[in-house]
Amino acid sequence: MNFHLRLWRQKSADTPGRFEGIEATNITPDCSFLEMLDIVNNRLITDGKEPIAFESDCREGICGTCSLVINGVPQGPGRGAACQVYMRKFKDGETIFVEPFRAGSFPILKDLVVNRSAYERIMRAGGFISEHTGGAPDASAILIPKPVADKAMDAAACIGCGACAAACPNSSAMLFVGAKVTHLNLLPQGQPEAKKRARAMVRAMDEEGFGNCSNYYACEAVCPASVSASVIAKLNRDYIKGEVSEAVGAID
Amino acid sequence: MSSTANKESTGTSSLSSKPSGKSSACCTCSSPLLSSSIGRKWIVAITGILLILFVSGHLLGNLTIYPGPNWINAYAEHLQSLGPFLWVIRLVLLAIVGLHITCTIQLWMENRAATPQKYAVTNTLQTTIYARSMRLTGLVVIAFIIFHLAQFTWQGFNPVTRTWIDAQGRHDVYRMVIAGFSNPFVSAFYLLAVGLLAMHLSHGISSLFQTLGLTTAKLRPLFERAGRIIALVIFLGYASIPLSVLLGILRYPHVSLCPFVH
Amino acid sequence: MILDAKIPAGPLEQKWTNFKNNAKLINPANKRKFNVIVVGSGLAGASAAATLAELGYQVDCFCFQDSARRAHSIAAQGGINAAKNYQNDGDSVWRLFYDTIKGGDFRAREANVYRLAEVSRNIIDECVSQGVPFAREYGGELTNRSFGGAQVSRTFYARGQTGQQLLLGAYSALSAQIGLGRVQMHEHTEMLDLVLVNGHAKGIVARNLITGEIKSHAADTVLLCTGGYGNVFYLSTNARGCNVTATWRAYKRGAAFANPCYTQIHPTCIPVAGDYQSKLTLMSESLRNDGRVWVPKKKGDNREPQDIPEEERDYYLERKYPSYGNLAPRDISSRSAKEACDSGRGVGPGGLGVYLDFSAAIQRLGRNTIEERYGNLFEMYENITGESAYERPMRIYPAIHYTMGGLWVDYNLMSNIPGLHVLGEANFSDHGANRLGASALMQGLADGYFVIPNTLGEYLSTQFGGPKITTDLPEFKKTEEEVRERVNKLLSVKGTVPVDTFHRELGLILWDKCGMARTEAGLKEAIAEIKALRERFWKEVCVPGVGAELNQSLERAGRVADFLEFGELMCLDALTREESCGGHFRVEHQTPDGEALRHDDTFASVFAWLYKGEGNEPELEREPLSYEAVHLATRSYK
Repeated sequence: MNFHLRLWRQKSADTPGRFEGIEATNITPDCSFLEMLDIVNNRLITDGKEPIAFESDCREGICGTCSLVINGVPQGPGRGAACQVYMRKFKDGETIFVEPFRAGSFPILKDLVVNRSAYERIMRAGGFISEHTGGAPDASAILIPKPVADKAMDAAACIGCGACAAACPNSSAMLFVGAKVTHLNLLPQGQPEAKKRARAMVRAMDEEGFGNCSNYYACEAVCPASVSASVIAKLNRDYIKGEVSEAVGAID
Repeated sequence: MSSTANKESTGTSSLSSKPSGKSSACCTCSSPLLSSSIGRKWIVAITGILLILFVSGHLLGNLTIYPGPNWINAYAEHLQSLGPFLWVIRLVLLAIVGLHITCTIQLWMENRAATPQKYAVTNTLQTTIYARSMRLTGLVVIAFIIFHLAQFTWQGFNPVTRTWIDAQGRHDVYRMVIAGFSNPFVSAFYLLAVGLLAMHLSHGISSLFQTLGLTTAKLRPLFERAGRIIALVIFLGYASIPLSVLLGILRYPHVSLCPFVH
Repeated sequence: MILDAKIPAGPLEQKWTNFKNNAKLINPANKRKFNVIVVGSGLAGASAAATLAELGYQVDCFCFQDSARRAHSIAAQGGINAAKNYQNDGDSVWRLFYDTIKGGDFRAREANVYRLAEVSRNIIDECVSQGVPFAREYGGELTNRSFGGAQVSRTFYARGQTGQQLLLGAYSALSAQIGLGRVQMHEHTEMLDLVLVNGHAKGIVARNLITGEIKSHAADTVLLCTGGYGNVFYLSTNARGCNVTATWRAYKRGAAFANPCYTQIHPTCIPVAGDYQSKLTLMSESLRNDGRVWVPKKKGDNREPQDIPEEERDYYLERKYPSYGNLAPRDISSRSAKEACDSGRGVGPGGLGVYLDFSAAIQRLGRNTIEERYGNLFEMYENITGESAYERPMRIYPAIHYTMGGLWVDYNLMSNIPGLHVLGEANFSDHGANRLGASALMQGLADGYFVIPNTLGEYLSTQFGGPKITTDLPEFKKTEEEVRERVNKLLSVKGTVPVDTFHRELGLILWDKCGMARTEAGLKEAIAEIKALRERFWKEVCVPGVGAELNQSLERAGRVADFLEFGELMCLDALTREESCGGHFRVEHQTPDGEALRHDDTFASVFAWLYKGEGNEPELEREPLSYEAVHLATRSYK
């Protein structure tokens, strides 16, 4: 198969970028999208040109390193991350636009590589349960009904890739923050810090300059881990509880 | 946890984006409840509920046009008799609309700042046309409200209507409405406006449940359907009046549709 | 040099307790004065960094990924073992210990493995209290499943994403400590060398992968938690970035590399489809519960699988291992698949694949049941191969999955370089010659949460009062200069061949000659071929761009250059170990019916290799393994 790639090239964070047309010829349909880019890169290197910088690691859809937007869709067509996209999903001779995640809070570092450290800072503000290693009670001491554990797991499946903010017309990070807060706030272990957590993480998210949620649900549509936007509803609820209890001087 | 520690401890701090910071957006209110993204969305949602209640109450009042001039004129007379209290209601309504719009504009400006560059290929990804057009529909509805107030409350376009009195000596609202909607352009603008209002509501209603945190994955489709149905009912209710005037079902002098009601 | 494992005295069951009772403690005020470098942020690294910071040490943690949460531990699927005996099925610390020792084919240290089994219980408590959403029963209790190599149900799991959830737990603990300012996190930063001051590990030189800046970092001790070297084979189930650089650089600074030839091959992966392929995807081993493995009886039979009649199929696992059948252990299933393909009966592109057939199970149980059990796996298979496993048998083939070898460490997890500690898959300590399923996660977290916080004091307590280590010391400047030279050397070759080409060639050599079956002649050939390939690499490799920027070709070139050296050591180790054990199968050493044949009298020892300079043969040190508590037996799965 042959493809006309329109790839975003950008030398560094401070230089302006542009699209460059590159031909990907003679690609087998069983090849993954990233493998197609590998082939293109190795050909560029052989021709003495600079390869396209893009990030990937596990290539099985779980590490969340991928940050490609294929034809306007973060993480590409279909469920799963960009590494799970196979060339047989495209038409022979198709023009494919490949861009980096675009969001003000994810500045582009080079070509298709973006800086997602904003998510790290949100996590550090409250994405954890404070506890002491070695001080934990026996695991069987905490009973958690299966439906609760399952719901927490649904949210915990988030791979932290940033596709939600990249897909959002407002660049809102609410699905990510919602997933983190929902995972921990649903569990009994997370209760002592539940309100504080929601409050701290939303404040950190706002500080990073992400946009606001307009309930478009584009995030949910692209989420490689199929996290439901209902986590955003829970975040909205827990955040207000947190702010109100702080405002009125209630504990937590 | 200290926020300074957070920033210092970022390994890639040299690369980290300069947070644009949102807390300054609402400089008048110091409470994070009112300046945070979610806090202001709650304000939009709660004012939205109040406005939906107003729109529904207003519709019920308007529908009194069908039984005849007696009903609608009495209703208008009753409203006017509230005197200064009516002004309190009007000011409260104005404040609600003001808050609804101010917060929305702030959020919108922040959203623009958060998305400096669009994708080369646009892909709407699940978002409905209703959701994407909220700002547009909202703006047109605001323009219409101003026109609507000028036409029927202030009666500035056709001041003679202020002098129309019915048999009981009340302001003849019935005649004024029919006169107003007899102009096809006025009716067309009205229909367009209530159509856009319905679009606005069909996203707004389900959206406010999500914002207030009342949605679950199971309930969301339910709320979405409810939003569309309520929006449709409101549209049909409002749209029926100019349509009835244009079709001659409602006319002046009044011809009763039902012999038992006068 | 004598490798002293520093195993505490006393009976096996008492060793860890005795150790803790007598361990050197560091008081809280002094902990603050010690700086610890942790390289890697997987299960071992993140848990160690978080726990040590919580104890009061000043921690610097490094990862080459853009976030600590992306370390490859995240991809582990199956679960984590723990001797909780919540199922009341007779499990105990002893049984977990024994299963692990036996699974490792009696090539692991008793004391380490017993300690691992002991702390396995604390790991589950710890993870639950962090909010890891393990699978639960309706009554709210934790549930377990059974896994290969054990007769009890002791595996805790979170859907098929146990590694992800455990790593997110450790990462959240790490995030909390970063937020508190106790850990300085260095993302996108790759360790390129170890710095020794007076023979002690006192820092690292690392390259910022975004700016290209090469910088020294000083500390009182260094912890390497950098994972395994499976990517030396190019194609493996590891992530693209997994590499041997950190441990290899430490080896070249004097750390002993133990048992590099112990590699684990997972039997059920999606086969290689073409030379463009960048990685191999694991399909859960659970598929073998309902799938039947077969190849055509005839060589080169190109018919579609459904056209091959029953009597012309060879269900070779059922034939060779009637009692275990399709559920034979990993190493045995892998080797049998290779034999079938070597005899020219493999299926699919290049004849490197065997069928895993569900048609009998679908007939017996119905498509719905199969869909319920394996729906997501079938979907994944179809996404990758474009074939539906409901309609035609899956094609599977073994792939490199885990490496049991690693830097040599003593009971305190310290290597032979004072101050250099090695945790998780990067060390050699607990799995012997073969790792049991669901034990890798257990070891990573045991090392980080419970072992190193107790053992680190043994070294640090000897480090009071010395001069403060700073990066101004000449040792740092010198190492930094060497790293710069190396980077510049890579950039200045200016050949025409991409790095990937060399990596792929290296992988093919190793897969053919140091993979599932190894021979003396093959290994000797491999060593010669790797040497030649390495020479070609330094003449022909093309690394475009410059050093002071985000340069992924340069990153890869550095890693592949190290793999090209490491691969040779791996072959040398495999050549020297003249026996078969676990994942190491020497064709010359097998029983008459083709099973692994150990030589306990000569090889019940750890092979630890010491670097002796460029061009010199490394020196072999042996740490004898003495078994006091268990009796050495031959594994049988017939």
